Amino acid sequence: MAARAIWKGNLTFGSVSVPVKFYAAVEDRTVHFRLLHEKDRAPVARQMVHPGTGEPVPREVMRRGYVDEERGTVVLLDERELEDLEPNAGREVSVRGFLDAGRIGPAWYDRPYYLGPDGNARAYRALAEALEKSGKEGFCRWTMRRKTYIGALRAENGLLEMITLRFAAEVIDASRLPRPEGRELSRQERDMARQLVGTLAGDFDPEAYRDEYRERVLELIRTKARGGRVRLKKPEERKAEVIPLSDALKQSIQQAEKGKKEKRVA
Amino acid sequence: MPEKHEDLLRRRAFWSGTVTFGLVSVPVALLPGNRARKVSLQMLAPDGTPLERRYVCPAEDRFVSREEIVRGYEVEKGSFVVVSDEELESLAPERSREIDLQRFVPREQISPFFFDRSYLLVPTGDTRKPYRLLAETMERTGRAGVATFVMRSREYLVAILAEEGILRAVTLRFREEIRSPDEAGLPETEAVSDADLSAMEEAIQEATVREIDEKDLADADADRILALVEKKMQSGRDVIPLPESAEEEEEETGKVIDLMEVLKRSMEEEGSSAESAGGKAGRKPDLSSRTKKELYEQARRLDIPGRSDMDKDELVRAIQERG
Repeated sequence: MAARAIWKGNLTFGSVSVPVKFYAAVEDRTVHFRLLHEKDRAPVARQMVHPGTGEPVPREVMRRGYVDEERGTVVLLDERELEDLEPNAGREVSVRGFLDAGRIGPAWYDRPYYLGPDGNARAYRALAEALEKSGKEGFCRWTMRRKTYIGALRAENGLLEMITLRFAAEVIDASRLPRPEGRELSRQERDMARQLVGTLAGDFDPEAYRDEYRERVLELIRTKARGGRVRLKKPEERKAEVIPLSDALKQSIQQAEKGKKEKRVA
Repeated sequence: MPEKHEDLLRRRAFWSGTVTFGLVSVPVALLPGNRARKVSLQMLAPDGTPLERRYVCPAEDRFVSREEIVRGYEVEKGSFVVVSDEELESLAPERSREIDLQRFVPREQISPFFFDRSYLLVPTGDTRKPYRLLAETMERTGRAGVATFVMRSREYLVAILAEEGILRAVTLRFREEIRSPDEAGLPETEAVSDADLSAMEEAIQEATVREIDEKDLADADADRILALVEKKMQSGRDVIPLPESAEEEEEETGKVIDLMEVLKRSMEEEGSSAESAGGKAGRKPDLSSRTKKELYEQARRLDIPGRSDMDKDELVRAIQERG
């Protein structure tokens, strides 16, 4: 089954215009539960209620507003006013500029999308290939479904990707924090730490990790659906041993090297 | 009396424990690396009172309280398996207080495609030394530590990155959560002509910038709404006092904690937090070890919208995001 595109737009910069379709790249794999009334196991319905009177308020008469608790005020905003404030719709995905990859910090990235060509496959391919070769990311801004987005345009294996970014106010800027200071690290400590990291070095292999918790939740549900019994285990707290830093470094390197030798023998 | 730093830290921390590599332990607390969006509008009654969400049992046609509600998974249409909080908690592997970095990978190998949420790690032990050593070593070698760990009775894949002496944790999406790009429907390849490629390379080069314009990073949609709110506040039009039924028990949450301040202080003084978040268990535990009911109460006091639909994780997250 081919996925349905969620949106179409034109990537534009300079005189370049590349029509693309957006496809969600992330799949929701969360196990979703319904809320039930315990007594009769009926799924409950939600209702918006006036907290003073306890009466349900029908949707047609509901209003929207900005609640400012500090000032103790509510500012009412009607739908017309809010519509007037919406950004101008359009298909343009404006690439504001290309930056070297790595310039955008990890806290900015939000949700990834695959971009597929929407006609003009030639331009799509040229952009994907040129962008991948350049090792850059395009910083983009656009309006999608009445909301403004910013995003990073990337290319990988001939495919264009867009990862939406968080706005500045949503990102805590680590560069504004003081670096933790203290006594100078000794050369020996530095060397040993480096050696230790070296013994633990490897490639990032995303296939090596699975969400085992999710599998256990599904297993639990299957067991209970069959009428099986579930044993409750108390979560245990493990306490880490505290060893002085230089001893810890030394012992770790020894252990790691011993491990390596054993592997070679075996 | 101002709240003690370690109490603040404990209140704000998502998780506290140790990051280990080899036998080296780095005691840390995890603080949020992101904040919630600037504006969230609320649904109001015609008289301006913020509405509350309640649950109705359709069978009995009455409101049911939170305590009468359980969580069920629909195995067949209309047939549910009920699962309790205790059962879910018992599924978490040992509630470890450890992020064991078993592998250090070249940082650029982790595509931002995997990045989910970001946290700042602040040092909590008597000494900042192991923290500084880990940060410095990762920066020098250009590597990031990868591990799985348990937080709020869920397992996460996490990368620990160092930037300018500060450690950041980024939870990563599992491979199985990422769709195959085949679904994007790429056309069969025909090679890109050299002429097309070099024209595109030139266009990219010309559009290359050193910095992103700060204006482009702003949440303009939220700013426009806030500007209208401010204008109305000035003129007094459509402004009503927050009805009393909506303001309850302000004492405890009246103090707004500045997250940046907590972070700064955590990075600064060495040895100032001997009895730190990672250390003494017991009094004032971090959020993750509070019961769902306590979290719900706090969310209610903070007036977090949609709180009654949230599970424990979501409550913790929402409370933290009030930074």
